[in-house]
Amino acid sequence: MEHYRKNPKAFWVLAGPGSFWLVLFFLIPLAIIWVLSFGEKAVIDGKVSITETEITWTLANYTRALFDPVYLKIIWKSIWISALATFMCLVIAYPVAFVISFASAKWKPWLLLAVILPFWINLLIRTYALIAVFRTKGYVNFTLEWVYDAIWLDALFGPYEPLELLYNDFAVIAGLVYVFMPFMVLPLYASIERLDRSMLEASLDLGASQRTTFFKVTVPLTMSGIISGVILVFIPSLGSFLTADLLGGTNAVMIGNVIERQFKTANDWPFGAALSFLLMYVTFGALALRAIMSKQSGMQA
Amino acid sequence: MATFTPKFRPDRRSLMGGAAAMAGLTFLPRGTMAAEEKKLNFYNWDTYIGETTLEDFNEASGIEVKMDLFADNDELFAKLKEGNPGYDLIVPTNDYVERMIAADMLVPLDHSKIPNMSNLGKNFQDASFDPGLKHSVAYMWGTIGVGYNKKRTGDINASWKHLYDSDQFAGKISLLGDGQNVLGHAMKYMGKSLNSTDMADIKAAEEMLIAQKGNIKVFADDNGQDLLASGEVVIAQEWNGDILQVMAEDDELSFFVPDEGGLIWQDCLCIPKGAPHPDNAHAFINYILEADPGALIADYIQYATPNEAARSKLSAEYNENPAIFPTEETVAKCEFQLYLGEEHVKNINDAWTRVQAA
Repeated sequence: MEHYRKNPKAFWVLAGPGSFWLVLFFLIPLAIIWVLSFGEKAVIDGKVSITETEITWTLANYTRALFDPVYLKIIWKSIWISALATFMCLVIAYPVAFVISFASAKWKPWLLLAVILPFWINLLIRTYALIAVFRTKGYVNFTLEWVYDAIWLDALFGPYEPLELLYNDFAVIAGLVYVFMPFMVLPLYASIERLDRSMLEASLDLGASQRTTFFKVTVPLTMSGIISGVILVFIPSLGSFLTADLLGGTNAVMIGNVIERQFKTANDWPFGAALSFLLMYVTFGALALRAIMSKQSGMQA
Repeated sequence: MATFTPKFRPDRRSLMGGAAAMAGLTFLPRGTMAAEEKKLNFYNWDTYIGETTLEDFNEASGIEVKMDLFADNDELFAKLKEGNPGYDLIVPTNDYVERMIAADMLVPLDHSKIPNMSNLGKNFQDASFDPGLKHSVAYMWGTIGVGYNKKRTGDINASWKHLYDSDQFAGKISLLGDGQNVLGHAMKYMGKSLNSTDMADIKAAEEMLIAQKGNIKVFADDNGQDLLASGEVVIAQEWNGDILQVMAEDDELSFFVPDEGGLIWQDCLCIPKGAPHPDNAHAFINYILEADPGALIADYIQYATPNEAARSKLSAEYNENPAIFPTEETVAKCEFQLYLGEEHVKNINDAWTRVQAA
C-alpha cells in the first residue's frame, strides 16, 4: 500500500471503520471504567447510595487495593498460576507446532483443524466437560481404576483410592492450559512455518548437535512466535475467573474472581474498576519489560 | 382494554401508534397508546416456572410471554441497575426486593388488578422486607439447609457443626459459593443472627471458616446438589429446592434445616421501573396466583408455594414433605436475609475475600 500521506483519502476510508469501532467500543468504555476507578458510592440524604457513583477523584480505591495485603497476595497468586499455565502451554505446544509444520501437505489442514476444533465449543461447556473428566468418579479415575484392577494391584494394596484431581490449583492450571492451548500453538506454528530449513541443515552440517541446533538456531529464529504465544496465553489467563470458579478449590481465588465480585455481589464498581486497572498496569509493565529486553538483546546482536 | 372499533378513523395518533406497534417500537410516550401490545418480557430463574404455564397464559389472555433467564440475584441487579433493558416482570429474592425498593427500582403494584392475592397464605399477606406488599408478591419460598448422603454419613444430628466445625467429613464437604450465606450461617451456628452487623461476629465467622477450610472440598456456586449426587461430597450446604431435585432421583440423599436455624427466603414477583407492559405483568401475576396454574407450577418445580388455593389441589406427598415445608417450629428459628446497607455488604465481601485468599 502507498504511504498514507500520498493518498490520505484511501487511508482514512480503510482505517475508518476499524478506528470507529475501537474508539466506540473499546476506548470509550475503557475511559469510563478508568474514570469510575476514581469514584466512590454517592451519599444521598445521608445514606450510601446503591446505584449512584460519584466521581471524586479519590485514590482510595487504589490505596485499598495496594495496601491491603490480601489483594496483593491474590494478584501475586494469579501471576504465578498464569505463568505456570503459560509455561506448560509452551512446553506442550512447541513440539505440537513442530509436528504440524513438518507434516505432509495432506495432513497439515487436519492437524490444524484438530487444534482449532475446541474453539468451536463454548468455553463454559469445555470447562464443565473437564469436571466430568477430573472428578472422583470421572473418566481419569475410572480408567486408572480399571488399569489398577486389571493388574491386580487391588489384591496387593487394597481397593483403588481415587485421585483428587478436581477443586485444587492443579485443576485450575490444567483448565487454563487446555483452554488457551490453541493461542500458543497457532503463533508458534506460524513462526516455525516461516523458519528457513536450510539454516537447520547448515547448523547440523557444521557439526552442531541436534540439541545445540535447537537451542542456538531454532529457538532464536522462532522467538517472535514464542513471545506472541506467551502474551496471548498469559494475559487472558491473568484476567480469567471462570476456570478458577468452576475447577478451583476453597483457595483457588484469582484476581479475576475478586474483580467479578466487585461488579456483582459487592456492588462496588469503583473498586472493581481500580482492580481491573491495576491488573492492566501489571500487564503493561510486563509488555514494557519485554520491549526493553528485546531492545537490549538487539543491541548485543 | 380498549374495544376494537371497526370504523377506520385515520387520525395521527392511531396511525403512529399502529405503525409503532407494527414495528415493535414504542417511541411514543407511554399512555398515548390505548392498550398495551400483547407481550410480556419475563425475567426469571432457570427451571422456575411450570412446564406449560407460559403457553396456558397465552391461551387464556392472548399475551405472548418471552422469558429470559438469570443465574443469580446479582446478575439481575447488575442488569437493571443502569436502567431497565425492557423487562416487565422479575423474580428477585427478598433481600434484593428490599435493595431494589431502597434504590427506587420497582413499580408499586396495583392490588385491585391482582384479586387473587387473597389466595396467599396468611404468612404471605404482608412482608417485613416490603410492608403492605406495595412492590412485591410472594412467588415461592424455601430454606437453606444441609443436604447429605445418609448412607455415607450415617445418622447425624441436625446441626451446622458437621459443615463448619468438625473434621468428621473432611474433604467431603461443600459450602455455598457466596460469602453472605457462608458467613451468615457460620454466625447462625455460633448462636448469632445471620444478619449480625457486629464486626466481632463477622470476624469470628471468618476465623472459623479459615480454620475449617482444609476440610472443605469446595465453595460450590450453584452445584452442591450435583456434587452430592455424584458422590464428590457427602454433605453439602444448599438451597432446599436444589437438594429436593436430586433427592427425587436418589433415595440415599436427605435434607434437614439445622436446629440452630438457617436462612428462609422468598422469591417475589415484582415489576421493575420502566417496564413497557405493566398491565400485562399484573395480569400474569394474577394468573399465577390462581389455584390451577399455581398448582401446576409448584408440582413441576417442587418448591414451596405460598398459594393456599394451589396447595389444596396438590398431593399430600407434596404438602407433607418436610424438605419442602419445614415445620412451624423450624421456620420460627429461621431468618430472612436483610439488606443492611452498603457498608455491611462491603464488610461481608472483604471478610469473604480474606477467607478465600487464606
